[in-house]
Amino acid sequence: MTSFQIALMIAAVALGTMLTRFLPFFVFSGKKPVPKYVEYLGKALTGAALGLLVVYGFKNVNVLAGTHGLPELISLVIIVLLHVWKRNMLLSIAAGTGLYMLLVNFVFV
Amino acid sequence: MNVKLKALKAAFPRTIPIMTGFLFLGAAYGIYARTSGLSAAAPILMAAVVFAGSMEFVAVDMLRGAFDPLNAFLMAIMVNARHLFYGMAMLDKYGKSGKKRWYLIFGLCDESFSINCTAEIPEDVDRGWFYFWVTALNQLYWVSGAALGALAGSFIHIELPGLDFVMTALLLVIFVENWLKERSHLSSIVGLAAALVCLLIFGSDSFIIPSMAVILILLTMLRKPIEKAMGETKS
Repeated sequence: MTSFQIALMIAAVALGTMLTRFLPFFVFSGKKPVPKYVEYLGKALTGAALGLLVVYGFKNVNVLAGTHGLPELISLVIIVLLHVWKRNMLLSIAAGTGLYMLLVNFVFV
Repeated sequence: MNVKLKALKAAFPRTIPIMTGFLFLGAAYGIYARTSGLSAAAPILMAAVVFAGSMEFVAVDMLRGAFDPLNAFLMAIMVNARHLFYGMAMLDKYGKSGKKRWYLIFGLCDESFSINCTAEIPEDVDRGWFYFWVTALNQLYWVSGAALGALAGSFIHIELPGLDFVMTALLLVIFVENWLKERSHLSSIVGLAAALVCLLIFGSDSFIIPSMAVILILLTMLRKPIEKAMGETKS
C-alpha cells in the first residue's frame, strides 16, 4: 500500500470507531428526556460490559491444546484473590502479569 | 486551588494502573507495527486518532494486506461496538461536561470508561475536569507507549513472552473492583455468562456482536429484578 492508502485505511478505522462513540450522544441528546429504558440500560450495562471485557481478555485461551489454559487459570485465581485481599489495582495487575510471564517462560515451556 | 489542577490531582492516581498497562501494551503494539513493515508514523498516528487498543492491533494486521477501507471501517464498528454501551452509560455524566464532552466522547475507550463510570469523585472536585484528565492522561500514555515501541522497534528486537497478559489482568481487575462495589451482581453475571457462551459457540473472532445482542436481551428481560436489586440500599 502507498502512504496515501495507509492514511485512508487509518481514517476508515478512526471513522468506524468514532461512530460507535458518538452515536449514542447524537441519538439521545437534545431537549427531550432520555427514555427510562435507556436510562436503565445505561446503569445496568456497566457490570455486563465489564464481564464481556473479561471474557474478551481470555478469548484466545485454548483449553484443548498447548498448556490447556493452566497459566491463565492460575493467574486469574491469584489476581482475584490478591485483589479482594489488597484492593490495589496496580499491585494486582503487576503481580498477575509477572506471575503469568514466569509461568509461560519457565514452568509451562 | 485551581479547578483544573485539583481535578488533575484527583484523576492522576486513578490512571496509574492504566499508565503501566498502556505503556507496555502501547510499546508492544508499536513494535508489532514496525515488525509488520509499517513506518513509525503509522502506529503513532493511529494511536492518536483511533485510540482503541484492540482495534489498532487488528488494523496493523489489515494494513499488511490489501487496500480495503470499507472492510476496515466495518471491522472497526464491529470490534468497537461495545462503545455504544459506554456512550449510553455516560450520556448523563458526559452530557453535563460542557464543550469538553466532545473530547470525552472521542476518547471513550474501555479504560477511560471504566474509570469514569465507577470513580467516586470527591464532592469538591469538578466532575467534567476529572473526566477530562482521565481521558487525556490515558491517551497520553497510549500514544507515548506506541511511540516508544515504534521507535525502539526500528533497531532492537524485544522478546518478552506473556507481557500481553497485562491487558487481560487489567480488564480482570477492573471487573473485580466493580464487582466489589456494585449492589447487584446480576448484570455482571449476565455479561460473563453471555460472553462465555457466545465465545464457545461463535469463536474468538466473532463472539462480540452476538454477546452484545444476548446481553441486551437478557438485561431487558431481567429489568425488574435488576432495577429492584440496584435500588436497594447496601446493607
